[in-house]
Amino acid sequence: MAKVYIPLDMAAVAMGADKLAAAVAQEAAARGENIEIVRNGSRGMLWLEPLIEVETPAGRVGYGPAKVKDVASLFDAGFLAGGAHRLSIGIVDEHPWMKRQNRVTFVRCGVIDPLSVAEYEAHEGFKGLKRAFEVGPAAVVEEVTKSGLRGRGGAGFPTGIKWKTVADCPPGKKYVVVNADEGDSGTFADRMIMEGDPLSLIEGMLICGYAVGASKGYVYLRSEYPVVAKVFQSAIEKALEAGWLGNNIKGSGFDFDVELRIGAGAYVCGEETSLLESLEGKRGIVRAKPPLPAHVGLFGKPTVINNVLSMATIPMIMEKGAKHYADLGVGRSRGTMPLQIAGNVKYGGLFETDFGIPLGVVVNEIAGGTRSGRPVRAVQVGGPLGAYVPVSLFDLPIDYEAFAAKDSLIGHGGLVVFDDTVDMSWMARFGMEFCAIESCGKCTPCRLGSTRGVETIDKIRSGQNIDANIDLLKDLCHTMKFGSLCALGGFAPYPVESALRHFPEDFRKSALEAAE
Amino acid sequence: MAGAAQYSDERAREIIAAHMGLEGPAMPILHALQEEFGYVPDAAVKQMAEALNISRAEMHGVVTFYHDFRRAPHGRHTLKLCRAESCQSMGAERQARAFLDKLKLDWGGTTPDGALTVEPIYCLGLCAHSPSALYDGEPIGCVDAERLDEIAAEARD
Repeated sequence: MAKVYIPLDMAAVAMGADKLAAAVAQEAAARGENIEIVRNGSRGMLWLEPLIEVETPAGRVGYGPAKVKDVASLFDAGFLAGGAHRLSIGIVDEHPWMKRQNRVTFVRCGVIDPLSVAEYEAHEGFKGLKRAFEVGPAAVVEEVTKSGLRGRGGAGFPTGIKWKTVADCPPGKKYVVVNADEGDSGTFADRMIMEGDPLSLIEGMLICGYAVGASKGYVYLRSEYPVVAKVFQSAIEKALEAGWLGNNIKGSGFDFDVELRIGAGAYVCGEETSLLESLEGKRGIVRAKPPLPAHVGLFGKPTVINNVLSMATIPMIMEKGAKHYADLGVGRSRGTMPLQIAGNVKYGGLFETDFGIPLGVVVNEIAGGTRSGRPVRAVQVGGPLGAYVPVSLFDLPIDYEAFAAKDSLIGHGGLVVFDDTVDMSWMARFGMEFCAIESCGKCTPCRLGSTRGVETIDKIRSGQNIDANIDLLKDLCHTMKFGSLCALGGFAPYPVESALRHFPEDFRKSALEAAE
Repeated sequence: MAGAAQYSDERAREIIAAHMGLEGPAMPILHALQEEFGYVPDAAVKQMAEALNISRAEMHGVVTFYHDFRRAPHGRHTLKLCRAESCQSMGAERQARAFLDKLKLDWGGTTPDGALTVEPIYCLGLCAHSPSALYDGEPIGCVDAERLDEIAAEARD
């Protein structure tokens, strides 16, 4: 029986994967072909979605982007045996995009049936947890610390230190919380792993719970990801059925449950303390720190709160050892970074690579430049709170410290590419507007500063006292950066300041127009 | 939304009671209420405040904090257009503006026949297929003006 893979990934679905799967099943039945359709995650070559893959003795052969109207011709071409077709990309693993990567966190994503516990186990799944059970909680914390893993949510805080803080709290009720409120534009790695390899996140949570002494885990997922909610909920049920969740897991004496909770469209809930408030059923207002969530977290109990990618990387670290992971990367940026290439690009998708790759290589070679065919002008790295990086800085390596040295950030690893039609003063205005819409309102610099920022940029754009207003805007950015309680107000100035610094001409267009 | 049930205190009480065993049940209850009635009616907010033993003001504060929770019925269909940076890099802002102008709506507005509500959304994680949209919960990538017109027509039927 031929095995056909068609992704259930939300991006693939957005490009017609569900209709395609139905059409393939129907065509196979009409032709009397016996096939099994597996709804896998995405391989990350998103420009090829929906990508159909067929298992052949030589490996999996891919066809994409496939539309319903291509189905008959795919069958005619004998695609079930890997036959030639204009949509064929050959053996998927041999594709240059795949070959150039170092897939660590995403090693199973797109490869396995995400809702099959048996397949997960056959692909090294739960080996990390088994090893954790062997070595004991303290050794797990030690291993994670030694790996050098830093939080992939954006802040880059060492994961092991967080875990140790919670583990060192006196025994009692503790929580593991996963931040799946992936709100940054240009990012979709959390979404992809939760759709393509959800059991790795569950295993990571189990290892964490075991290490710190927690028996309950929550995943806080944004409501903008309806497909993830469905897939992840079934993954929880499958893990429960297979005895990987619940009481006395696999005879270890360790109990753990995972519950999925859905957010309600508030970007600020990606901030960890705001997320905890929301989980508790309150307004997502940011808490002042200290106390740290590790001491006083969810419902006032010690809580580990980690990003999806950090947590999903834990099983591999436990399975292969800290050194294996720490040997990847550069400087203090250890391991790999799943980069998300988005916006105006020819080849958008997920590209996991060791830290250190230059930004320009990613944009020009891997992403293939712009989809519009026009020259690249700016890349926003790290979401709506990330800086706009000009082409002149394209030799910057993807590395937390190198970016920080240029007043930029890597954040969650999203890259949004803009061509030369972009108006950077508009993007700066949008940055402030977004902050105004999403501010939780607790602290003044963010709540008022963002609205004043919009107004000031409007004045600049309409040519009123440009120099004085730019000075005022810079001053406002400074206040927001150093006076805000959390990263929303504190980082919202990054796109604005970088636009001012690297693209000053865009703030003086009205003056030029007036002079002409 | 299509198929939303008429509000009744009794049904609201049932929904609330079904979630009371959860830790921090407010958000799951609000989602369930909106799923059932198409919005979160004020009468249900009052019921929630009583069940959770918090003031109505506090409960009101929670409902109004989150963009997703609606306080009044919406159009029969909802189209959410992404306004975030990645979609803007592919011209989403201009496209959305033109579409809204054509329907004579502003963000959050509903067509006079009650067929379609158009809301902004800030990132669907479909950033390699910008501009993107969500129509009655169904994701759509690489949305163009033609597709938007089709949706507007579909919604009217």
